[in-house]
Amino acid sequence: MPVVIALVLVAVGSVAFHLLSPWWWTPIASNWGYIDTTLIITFWITGIAFTAVVLFMAYCVLRFRARPGHKAEHEPENKRLEWWLTIGTAVGVGALLAPGLIVWHSFITVPAEATEVEIVGQQWQWSYRLPGRDGRLGTVSARLIGPDNPLGIDPADPAGQDDVIVEGGELRLPIGRPVKVLLRAIDVLHNFYVPEFRAKMDMVPGQVTFFWFTPTRTGTFEALCAELCGLGHPVMRGRVVVVEEAEYHAWLEHQATFSRRLAAVR
Amino acid sequence: MSTASGPLDGIPAAEVPDVELYHPKSWLTKYVFSQDAKIIGIQYSLTATSIGLVALVLSWLMRLQLGFPGTFDFITPAEYYQFITMHGMIMVVYLLTALFLGGFGNYLIPLMIGARDMVFPYANMLSYWIYLLAVLVLVASFFAPGGPTGAGWTLYPPQAILSGTPGGQDWGIILMLASLMLFIIGFTMGGLNYVVTVLQARARGMTLMRMPLTVWGIFTATVMALLAFPALFVSAVMMLLDRLLGTSFFMPALVEMGQRLNHEGGSPLLFQHLFWFFGHPEVYIVALPAFGIVSDLISTHARRNIFGYRMMVWAIVIIGALSFVVWAHHMYVSGMNPYFGFFFATTTLIIAVPTAIKVYNWLLTLWRGNIHLTVPMLFALAFIVTFVNGGLTGLFLGNVVVDVPLSDTMFVVAHFHMVMGVAPIFVIFGAIYHWYPKITGRMLNEAMGRLHFWVSFLGAYLIFFPMHYIGLLGVPRRYYEIGETAFVPASAATLNAFISVMALIVGAAQIVFLFNLAWSLRRGRPAGPNPWNATTLEWQTPETPPPHGNWGKELPVVYRWPYDYSVPGAAQDFIPQNHPPARAAE
Repeated sequence: MPVVIALVLVAVGSVAFHLLSPWWWTPIASNWGYIDTTLIITFWITGIAFTAVVLFMAYCVLRFRARPGHKAEHEPENKRLEWWLTIGTAVGVGALLAPGLIVWHSFITVPAEATEVEIVGQQWQWSYRLPGRDGRLGTVSARLIGPDNPLGIDPADPAGQDDVIVEGGELRLPIGRPVKVLLRAIDVLHNFYVPEFRAKMDMVPGQVTFFWFTPTRTGTFEALCAELCGLGHPVMRGRVVVVEEAEYHAWLEHQATFSRRLAAVR
Repeated sequence: MSTASGPLDGIPAAEVPDVELYHPKSWLTKYVFSQDAKIIGIQYSLTATSIGLVALVLSWLMRLQLGFPGTFDFITPAEYYQFITMHGMIMVVYLLTALFLGGFGNYLIPLMIGARDMVFPYANMLSYWIYLLAVLVLVASFFAPGGPTGAGWTLYPPQAILSGTPGGQDWGIILMLASLMLFIIGFTMGGLNYVVTVLQARARGMTLMRMPLTVWGIFTATVMALLAFPALFVSAVMMLLDRLLGTSFFMPALVEMGQRLNHEGGSPLLFQHLFWFFGHPEVYIVALPAFGIVSDLISTHARRNIFGYRMMVWAIVIIGALSFVVWAHHMYVSGMNPYFGFFFATTTLIIAVPTAIKVYNWLLTLWRGNIHLTVPMLFALAFIVTFVNGGLTGLFLGNVVVDVPLSDTMFVVAHFHMVMGVAPIFVIFGAIYHWYPKITGRMLNEAMGRLHFWVSFLGAYLIFFPMHYIGLLGVPRRYYEIGETAFVPASAATLNAFISVMALIVGAAQIVFLFNLAWSLRRGRPAGPNPWNATTLEWQTPETPPPHGNWGKELPVVYRWPYDYSVPGAAQDFIPQNHPPARAAE
């Protein structure tokens, strides 16, 4: 009997915890509401399956526990039942997979109008590079990284001259405009993770990775590193400030470009 | 006897004559450098349990830090990362793999298939001693300058071999990789043994489709391990070369702390592909033996045939095969080509179908059974609860886009602990309570067993179920401390403290179990040859515990499948596999 009670408690308690506990995701601030919806669907389907399995176990223990005179039934297989269960499961899995793949398709399909910004991870800080007036980022190489050129921008590339570099500060983004975030790391793996945006991707030295999103809420959001990068991993924090478009452009005007930076050094 | 319907129908004549075993001549060759698979199995189990206790203590220390950040000054960030790394690697490789395959595999395979021993006893002995060496090298890294590696158990380069990571430029990572290579060499010697023994040394009448599911699980897992571990082996070799000789297998051109390094052209992602090509099958290398064993526990203690035996066998084989084409679901946000996501999400979710079939068949074995709530059965029930829970959260993480917000958070930690930590360990506990009487001739103490069960089951569930929600909040894994952030409410700290207290309690409950193991060795109730009235061959040995050679003068002959429980019309509610059918003519 304690076993039956424990099993029922596990099933009911888990559902109650899910519904009543104060611990739930932080409100979304990007266009990826679809991800939240898919997650909710997954919670429903798996929650029902879990509760059903555990309650069925409780029923079996209650109804078929050993007692004098009781005997088990000998039934090696039941093809019909097994096939029905298999088909039912396949349908449930399909119901999870289909929306998942559809949303994944939009997650990896960057809209043509998206602006590119670059985030660079290094032990243990974030740097950002924004395209200047030309709207394009210049080419880069790890070979060119030095004290004067922390992100390794190619000085010979005209597209890079007006790039704006922000070291260790905050990333500013205009609200409502899709952004393609190009991710680079110059030493080890990192992962730029803002819980409110739902999206994240590793930064891998030697290659450029990306994700895209559209900020939908102004405010300041904390960024964390989500891929173990050594001792300073938990203190590698940054900030993303989402502002109105006009405010963004006013701010951008006042930032030093790559060419101005180089000139200042020389 | 001209008809083909004799009782020995399907029982071939012995193809291979019974062989003379190596007979130990001294105490040393009998108990230490033993070639008896049963002794080797016990050696494996004791070593794995010992190193597992180290992992348990490490988990206490990391939970102290997470539950009460800033309280314990002696846990520095470097040590925290060393603790999580060593805890993970020990649990996955040196405890779970070694215990299921080296421990249970060695003890049970020859007994359950009616063989006298493994087919290559000498290689089997070497397998254990190389495993022990691997464990010692691993332990040595705790005492090496710079301490063990703190790269996380996944050992991702470049950080694993750079100075920003504990042990990266010291001895830690070198000893870790060396130990893994030794482990794989040792495992290969044992693994070839298990496979060949199952294929070649079965008793007469023991067809493949009459093997207990325990043997099917261990056999399939071993085949998988023989295919998967080489990927880890080569990646360990390559990383060692990168670290020691300056090659660039995994190292692109990079600038570390302002210093340009001499590497160029390597790929960190290559390591991840190799690692997870091993790492995902590894999950099932642990899970399949657990599936097999729990099937036998449930069937025996519910006094009912396993439901859908053939489906169960095929599910094991299909899961084993599919697990080789799902590895990149660990890499959805790794920066690999995003189109891989479609393929790997699909294969990953397909695996849920054979896995669900197994769960249904366990439930349908309980249904209309005659359930004895013995300690092994209790642990089997706890396995189903935790495995189903952890398996279902796998549907979140396997479904590519749902994984994006959850990956690298505590949700992942909670998921894999539930599904490949807690669930298989419950099977190990159940199995030990089940087979201890055969191994020692005495029963484990029931009262201590129940105490151990209740604290472990409820405690472990209370640790890992709420942990999912800490991940859902957005707390990343592998954080020494999260500090104050806008998206984590202050109440989460209370939850973390609660989880840590539960972890201390559950850990302490294992002391009861260890005490029980020692205490029952002398004081336990004498078990007799077959205390559970089980059908499988290991319970039919002429002596308990079985001596070297297992079967006395004559090898057993098998007449039936292993699940003849509660057969209508039979005198007892079980018919052993070596029980000849009554002759119809008589």
